[in-house]
Amino acid sequence: AGGGSGPVGSAAEDGGPSAPERVVFPPTFSVSEIKNKQRRHFMFLRWKQQQRKEKLAAKKKRRKEREALGDKAPPKAIPKTIENQRVYDETTVDPNDEEVAFDEATDEFAPYFNRQTVPKILITTSDRPRGRTVRFCEQLSTVIPNSHVYYRRGLALKRIIPQCIARDFTDLIVINEDRKIPNGLVLSHLPDGPTAHFRMSSVRLRKEIKRKGKEPTEHVPEVILNNFTTRLGHSIGRMFASLFPHDPQFIGRQVATFHNQRDYIFFRFHRYIFKSEKKVGIQELGPRFTLKLRSLQKGTFDSKFGEYEWIHKRREMDTSRRKFHL
Amino acid sequence: FRTKTQNFCRNEYNLTGLCNRSSCPLANSQYATVREEKGRCYLYMKTIERAAFPRRLWERVLLSKNYEKALEEIDENLIYWPRFIRHKCKQRFTKITQYLIRIRKLTLKRQRKLVPLRRKIERREKRREEKALIAAQLDNAIEKELLERLKQDTYGDIYNFPIHAFDKALQQQDAESESESDAEKEEDDDEDMDKREFVEADDSDLSDFEDMDKLETSSEEEAEEEEEVEKKASHSKSKGKTPLKGPARRKRPYIEIEYEKETEPTTKTKAA
Repeated sequence: AGGGSGPVGSAAEDGGPSAPERVVFPPTFSVSEIKNKQRRHFMFLRWKQQQRKEKLAAKKKRRKEREALGDKAPPKAIPKTIENQRVYDETTVDPNDEEVAFDEATDEFAPYFNRQTVPKILITTSDRPRGRTVRFCEQLSTVIPNSHVYYRRGLALKRIIPQCIARDFTDLIVINEDRKIPNGLVLSHLPDGPTAHFRMSSVRLRKEIKRKGKEPTEHVPEVILNNFTTRLGHSIGRMFASLFPHDPQFIGRQVATFHNQRDYIFFRFHRYIFKSEKKVGIQELGPRFTLKLRSLQKGTFDSKFGEYEWIHKRREMDTSRRKFHL
Repeated sequence: FRTKTQNFCRNEYNLTGLCNRSSCPLANSQYATVREEKGRCYLYMKTIERAAFPRRLWERVLLSKNYEKALEEIDENLIYWPRFIRHKCKQRFTKITQYLIRIRKLTLKRQRKLVPLRRKIERREKRREEKALIAAQLDNAIEKELLERLKQDTYGDIYNFPIHAFDKALQQQDAESESESDAEKEEDDDEDMDKREFVEADDSDLSDFEDMDKLETSSEEEAEEEEEVEKKASHSKSKGKTPLKGPARRKRPYIEIEYEKETEPTTKTKAA
């Protein structure tokens, strides 16, 4: 009763919006115990103000201490970011890991990395692609060298795969479309290679990117893969790398970037120029899109009988905000 | 129920689907329908004799899978029945078999599976993507990576920048003798000339700039007049013909100032 009457009394004294200088809350008091919504809201605002004041005072004090100490002050604390706080993934690849190196020497991309095969890519869409998807496919084919776009009307994927293998294609990209925008990407390494299914978002075509530049030339671009740390990320990164021919032509000064951040893979295509040894300028050309991995299958595309290496299970995997899989 | 043009009947035993006196199963004491269940068609019949027994009211006859045979069966079951009901039953049966055939054909083809989106999850994913994009700082990351590759010499000899070793060598040789430094200056000139030629060829490509014309002319004037004075400045300027707005903006004031200085005397001489 004492705790209840105290704040009520002070609220009645103050009236509406005016806040007192120092508010003394009894120690057992909690704002949520007031039943009246208006008063509760008011008390909550006051409590918030008080918290802010205390925080400001603490900051000032800390700054004064720091100045007082001068050189002897302890170094500034690093702010916590999601990347700092990331839950440690046990499948993180160590660059010197022998097992991983052995795996990579024997997996499906080994012939590519040993330069035995040249990538040849087939880009196609789902049924009846709309204008945006068609244009996106064309732009994608200019970005990836040695790629061809074919449209299919009602052909089953399972049937075109053996045909592709017969014609010596190494990779198949299917862009799925929904409501006139591309929203999914299936990347399949052909001679019986893994198939990755991505959800694609924020697709920007070339004319939507604000720049005054030009189209990409025919030179083979370089590839940058950023932040693929775990074992899964590593294999996806190799998949992306195997799309591009192994010897980039540096004269072209083009670079395709796959940057993984918090399980989102951002694709950008730039032209760079070195202005000095410490400065480089980049100009964005080519489409851009972001991918999020949905599933990785061991064999080629097969939705019913395929063996899944990894599927994104929302309930199990999305529980923590600081846990990422790529 | 009523629509703008027609009445529809909700009764499941209705033969035509419309609400008329002749096609209402409740209004007619002698009635027949064709209905299908799990892919098999049945003929349902209702007669006056069974009107008192609601449970046994509708008599059901399985029709054969063969289309013609089934039509004959309808005929023999509904012999002596009004023409209208017989005709409509056969029509209905035909329609039903047609759509059953279509269902069977479609299930063989690939069917588009609709996956429902969850609004909350969509919004969450979108927001996370935006935040990840901000956290990624893509431009910086790409630039850093490219500089790393430059340092590690993956580009070989394409870019000849004065690396630290070269700088040190320069200093040493400056200390030693002037002739060698002159030679180096000449080398630098040569390099600059090469680079300028290289870059100017580039410039002609980048001609879709509006401002670039000004920059080009100004830089050409500078290049001609200020060869030996500011090698490194012009070197960086001539290399810096990127279409990026940031550095261009930074360099433009610098260049414009000189442009004004140079054009004034020329205009004066022209006037004179």
